[in-house]
Amino acid sequence: MQIESLAHIEAIVIGGSAGAVEALNGLLPTLPSGFPAAVFVVLHLPRERPSMLAEIFAAKCAVPVEEAEDKRPVRRGTVYFAPPDYHLLLEEGPSLALSVDDPVNLSRPSIDVLFESAADVYGRSLMGIILSGGSADGAAGLTAVRSAGGLTVVQEPSSAAVPLMTTSAIERCSVDCVLPFDEIAALLRRIHK
Amino acid sequence: MDAEIEPAANARTRSFAIEQQLLLEAVYQRYHYDFRAYAPASIKRRLQAAMDRLGCGTLSLLQDRVLHDETAFPSLLDILTVPVSEMFRDPGYFRALRERVVPVLKTYPSLKVWVAGCSTGEEAYSLAILLREAELLDRTLIYATDINPHWLEVARAGVYDLDRIAHFTDNHRKSGASRSLSEYYTAAYGRAAFDRSLKQSIVFSDHSLATDGVFAEVELVSCRNVLIYFKHDLQSRVIGLFREALCRKGFLGIGAKESLRFSAQEPAFTEVSREHRLFQKKDGA
Repeated sequence: MQIESLAHIEAIVIGGSAGAVEALNGLLPTLPSGFPAAVFVVLHLPRERPSMLAEIFAAKCAVPVEEAEDKRPVRRGTVYFAPPDYHLLLEEGPSLALSVDDPVNLSRPSIDVLFESAADVYGRSLMGIILSGGSADGAAGLTAVRSAGGLTVVQEPSSAAVPLMTTSAIERCSVDCVLPFDEIAALLRRIHK
Repeated sequence: MDAEIEPAANARTRSFAIEQQLLLEAVYQRYHYDFRAYAPASIKRRLQAAMDRLGCGTLSLLQDRVLHDETAFPSLLDILTVPVSEMFRDPGYFRALRERVVPVLKTYPSLKVWVAGCSTGEEAYSLAILLREAELLDRTLIYATDINPHWLEVARAGVYDLDRIAHFTDNHRKSGASRSLSEYYTAAYGRAAFDRSLKQSIVFSDHSLATDGVFAEVELVSCRNVLIYFKHDLQSRVIGLFREALCRKGFLGIGAKESLRFSAQEPAFTEVSREHRLFQKKDGA
């Protein structure tokens, strides 16, 4: 699909599990300083271990990278990671919210939980991206992004280290584009004018 | 897709938000449970679960059902207050209590502890066990409060599925325990029943952080993963209650990802452990 304009995108939600850190390595460090959209990331992680993701990516990225904190107002141009063992949700404001509700799709944080709440808040100003992963979490969430008029992007399954998450999303949701992650990175940079 | 046409899903989202407000108002007026200042995104997910469980296609139908069928309300309340607790959750918190708080508590002749939002009791029993191991339980009274009478009943029974116990045992060990968790329960028929001697020190009672006041002066408040479910103003109210309930230089423990930062009450507390979210009320605060 030909994407006309991305100027209306205010927020990007990204989900992945196995193999997704590598894909994020190709995406997040390419975001330019002053990037106009907020980015929220759920990766499935082992629980009970402090996540180093925010620190690791903060060192590599031109944009601020933080672990999401409950009730914190969202700042555009910042990348937020869901903390391990908490769901990350978005509230009107927009602001961040955390919950310890039961795992969804055996996952906490769950991609569906993030994507569905983000679709409510951002509607068609949202872009949803599903990366490499070994579960079907995210397929329902991406469908919610699509229903709300947001843009849906899935990493090309052949380029994903573990393709199940991407193929599940493609089966469940008529996605706008399926791209190798270097082209997803190019797409994100187009938001920045 | 024509960018000018509003997707139908977004109209549904707006309607849901309206229905959600109306339902929570109805629940408050009819049953006096106040969820109006709870964080809406999590409440929405729980209400969607309630619609499924109670077979209601819309939130308005659920409201109709709850207003006209009194037997439906306890089911809704159970879903809105779904238990999410475990024993010795975040073992580092309990380790920090043992190391930083217990030595101070030992200087008091008697102790009162408030476990606010105790749900099915796991946190209250964890603290009772910790205080037993610190040889403080005999002079301690633990108030464990929650809004859901059903969960308070489960908490009073102190019986948990045996398949959860391995995880509890692991947490307990990591919290710096000197004994095995198995010393505190009796296992039978796939269940673990915690000792009467622990229960004797715990008073489980009905209390709403949203609408009730302070009922006792306490040396320690533990309220973890409750505040994240509240909006900003309710968080401030609740932290204000804790400040009022705490004795001079009393301790407050909150959840690993919770913060006093966005609360007007923050200046009344000093940090005891930033990592484990332990605070102490300032002298004179």
